[in-house]
Amino acid sequence: MNGWINLTYLIAATLFIVAFKYLAHPRTAVKGNLLGALGMAIAIGAALFEKPITERFASGGPINYTLIFAGIAVGTVIGAIMALKVQMTAMPQMVGLLNGFGGAASLLVGGAELHQSLAQGHAIAPFGQTIIATALSGLIGAVTFWGSFIAFAKLQEIKGFDKPWSFNGQQPLNALLASVTVALCIWQAAVPESVAAYWLIVLVASVLGVLLTVPIGGADMPVVICLLNSYSGLAAAATGFVIDNNCLIISGSLVGASGIILSQIMCKAMNRSLVNVLFGVGAGGGPKVAAGDVYAKVKGASAEEIAILFDSARKVVIVPGYGLAVAQAQHAVRDLANLLQARGCEVLYAIHPVAGRMPGHMNVLLAEANVPYDQMKEMDEINPQFAETDVAVVIGANDVVNPLARTDPKSPIAGMPILNVDQARTVVIIKRSLSPGFAGIPNPLFAADNALMYYGDGKKAIMELMTAVKEL
Amino acid sequence: METFITSLTVFVLAMWVGFEVITKVPPILHTPLTSGSNAVSGITVLGAMVVLGSMATGLTGTLGFLAVVFATINVVGGFMVTHRMLAMFKRK
Repeated sequence: MNGWINLTYLIAATLFIVAFKYLAHPRTAVKGNLLGALGMAIAIGAALFEKPITERFASGGPINYTLIFAGIAVGTVIGAIMALKVQMTAMPQMVGLLNGFGGAASLLVGGAELHQSLAQGHAIAPFGQTIIATALSGLIGAVTFWGSFIAFAKLQEIKGFDKPWSFNGQQPLNALLASVTVALCIWQAAVPESVAAYWLIVLVASVLGVLLTVPIGGADMPVVICLLNSYSGLAAAATGFVIDNNCLIISGSLVGASGIILSQIMCKAMNRSLVNVLFGVGAGGGPKVAAGDVYAKVKGASAEEIAILFDSARKVVIVPGYGLAVAQAQHAVRDLANLLQARGCEVLYAIHPVAGRMPGHMNVLLAEANVPYDQMKEMDEINPQFAETDVAVVIGANDVVNPLARTDPKSPIAGMPILNVDQARTVVIIKRSLSPGFAGIPNPLFAADNALMYYGDGKKAIMELMTAVKEL
Repeated sequence: METFITSLTVFVLAMWVGFEVITKVPPILHTPLTSGSNAVSGITVLGAMVVLGSMATGLTGTLGFLAVVFATINVVGGFMVTHRMLAMFKRK
């Protein structure tokens, strides 16, 4: 029987890998996700026949299956409600919460396994795989749970959490707590039967999880979400080492790898190192440039002037920022795009990797507004096309189109990959005012010879432009 | 030691498979990738079920039950929300 169960687990693990492979294209992605869900379903089905469960059932404990099904039912209802209710703009919070639950599950299983072995009188070898993995489950699980909880509170903009929170001596305190955790893990490994060690690890790691996440600023949250995702995978893998289950190890390491890759991509796109993000070091620095000098030559334009530009344009590229989505202006933008397309103009969307609050967030928000995915272009694909673009329309984006990143090696954003909108024939910037973005620096793009400012609130401004185009 | 090396081999190789497969996911799908991989990390539910199903004491039963609930939220919430998002991605 055991062989069959493990074989089924292998099929499940294979399905997970195939699921990720199918995520390589939007056309096959839905099928991929369903295959992943199928893999999970058959793994859960197989787990019902695990020897410890069947033995317990045979020895007169029918209640155990009832409890398993009850637990799954409760989790299913809560999970389904969360998945169906969540707004697409709130997706980062949702992912944060789910990460947290994954971490919590790992630390609970690690602890329960330890108590179970002691209650059943099984000897655990000191410094063996089981006990080291148990300590790691508790450690990673607790950091993930509390880190995710804080990340959720920050993204949800709950009062008191929305601002980065730091105090003197924070780094030394974190270092001290980390050392204490390591010492506790060694104690646990040396004295496997000590449950006190386990729950102390969980306690100290919880404090560490909170303290590591509170100083991180809102702009860096995408990295944190990816990292916590990675941790939740590693916690699952650690639990796999505890119960000697390859399916957990494989699935956990896949997720761990995914989170690490995404964190790297986000860090690169923000021009930050992982260390800087983790220790809450601001991007600031660099010489302060007076905004007045930079903005001396800024030109405003009327809706009619911009409509005339659109009229003669053959290719328009729209550059959306998160502000666009918050203002729910993506539907208006799509209407404008449809209008221009109907007049024979090619319209594309240029999406910077950090647009939105988690990797790929902007794409989901545009997809929700029925923007076809073949019109959404990533940075490397769209950048060479700006030279042949008649009008680039920047809405709610600032730092990611700031040419200083290319030209000024002393700028805080120097070296950050940006969308080269300044190479388009004309750049239209829709903005309420000339206020700076996250990096807090002025943007010379706004004063460039080929740039026109259209002042206004995102959604309303786009409607005005649409009316002007229709009246031509 | 022997079993540990076997498990470690599986872990390291799976990590490499993960790197290979996931670098091929385009940025346009990175949000569904995050939520989908989240659902996969709910695989801990297997361990939780075994603990709950073989509970030796009331304490391990309670811990196991909570773990099953949390892991299932992870699994069901993750796959469902991923499906919701992916279904919105359409071609012209």
